[in-house]
Amino acid sequence: MSDSPRTAVSNPPTQPMQSNLGQGDLIRRSATADLPPPTRQLTAVAKLIDVSKCIGCKACQSACVEWNDTYPEVGENAGVYENPHDLTENMFTLMRFTEWVNPETDSLEWLIRKDGCMHCADPGCLKACPAPGAIVQYSNGIVDFIHENCIGCGYCVKGCPFNIPRISKADHRSYKCTLCSDRVAVGQGPACAKACPTGAIVFGTKADMIKHAEGRIADLKSRGYANAGLYDPPGVGGTHVMYVLHHNDKPHIYANLPDDPKISPLVQGWKGVTKYVGIAAMSMMAVGSVIHGVFARPNRVAPEDEENAEKLVEGKPVPPPNDATTSGGR
Amino acid sequence: MVEKIQPGDAIHPGKPVTVDRYGPGARVNHWITAASLILLAISGLALFTPSLYFLTSLFGGGQNTRALHPWIGVVLFLSFFVFFFQLWRANLPERVDIIWLSKIRDLLSGHEENLPELGKYNAGQKFIFWAMTLLILVLIGTGVMIWEQYFAEYFTIPARRVAVLAHSVAAVLIICIFILHVYAAIWTRGTLRAMTRGSVTGGWAWRHHRKWLRELAGQRKTGPAK
Repeated sequence: MSDSPRTAVSNPPTQPMQSNLGQGDLIRRSATADLPPPTRQLTAVAKLIDVSKCIGCKACQSACVEWNDTYPEVGENAGVYENPHDLTENMFTLMRFTEWVNPETDSLEWLIRKDGCMHCADPGCLKACPAPGAIVQYSNGIVDFIHENCIGCGYCVKGCPFNIPRISKADHRSYKCTLCSDRVAVGQGPACAKACPTGAIVFGTKADMIKHAEGRIADLKSRGYANAGLYDPPGVGGTHVMYVLHHNDKPHIYANLPDDPKISPLVQGWKGVTKYVGIAAMSMMAVGSVIHGVFARPNRVAPEDEENAEKLVEGKPVPPPNDATTSGGR
Repeated sequence: MVEKIQPGDAIHPGKPVTVDRYGPGARVNHWITAASLILLAISGLALFTPSLYFLTSLFGGGQNTRALHPWIGVVLFLSFFVFFFQLWRANLPERVDIIWLSKIRDLLSGHEENLPELGKYNAGQKFIFWAMTLLILVLIGTGVMIWEQYFAEYFTIPARRVAVLAHSVAAVLIICIFILHVYAAIWTRGTLRAMTRGSVTGGWAWRHHRKWLRELAGQRKTGPAK
């Protein structure tokens, strides 16, 4: 078996298999500074979603629910095609439908984008996460939530540039697409890619997927989509879920796909300078207090202070107010 | 404006004279606030930096720390603001505070006699009071915004990013203020008993808050001798 699966279409072998993703494959682990270097470098994988081939059948959603054994609530029809209405802790991927009038052709284009975790090379969720080992990144590019380590704080939600993680109200843990890490670990591709009837979702090495996308983009350009392109946003170091968009010059028309996603500077500042300056400031206050306490003379009440207080209470003469300023605001 | 004498403040003649500074209600409030602030600092720091994550074990793990922290925050907010309404009048800034602050070096070098006579609080204490007030308001406000279990969904994610940053900055500041507050109470000997027994000695009041002592003596707020 090769280190990373090359396709999602193959069927699994019938004999039991060992997982091919282990602790030695981690390149990042949340809230962990001393992660040992990975024991090997896996070939980077990617899922490519060709928006122009998608027919909105939601087979990917069904496959996702089936494989991950989640039970999305039965919802209500609100007059839109999205079902459920948003990603949830039980729905890791969602077809988002946009009716867009192309101003150049004045024709209605029905844009369908499969939303879900993009598996960023520089994951904001992982950066924000305070719980050691709750979010990990494998050397093949998959970003995975390890639920037993998750504390449900919601920091990943703030870190994510794509609004993907959802916190369960039932078990207070965060959920999202795993890129079927458990399938990839045994040489299979993601369930959604396997289920897709039109080949809009394909899976393989990232290099192969970029090459595949180039062919698709050339085809789209030949059909008049001059701005067709690959969505692999550099602001997050590239992603391991990529889109072929027929209008790659304006990703936002696809249900608010960010044009230039990056980890928010607020999150960077919170996890960066605030943390280091904050810890330094608190430590200096504490250490400074101890040093002052040890070396400086304490401010003690003198015996004459007590005597003066006694005289004052007994109505005997005491030193007058020491200057006119003591009258304060009177 | 004559500084109002706080209800409950009274002189007890004797050797030494003792002066009631905080009644039982204020002290109970103070210690609830103090305990909450310490627990909040520990649980908050555990989630602030991975090097202190081990502190979550004091609360029974990360999930419990995450669940308890906001509730302790509510306790602190309520107890502090009862406290606030007991103390705010005596903490209003006065002109004398500026003079006192301009001579703060004399205080630190042991020449408190060069400083003006003060009412119940000095400028440092007033600063701590108002800084705590402001920071607690920021912390409860931003804390609600990032309280994932109940309220986060009512705020946009960009708003929550601002909130979590403001929350951590305010938390760092309040921990610094807290250290300053505790250390000042230790350095100024004879202060801690104001928050344990509720009273200070007459000499302490004469030395640090002479105007307050004179007012109490002048208004005959003198309780029975012990």
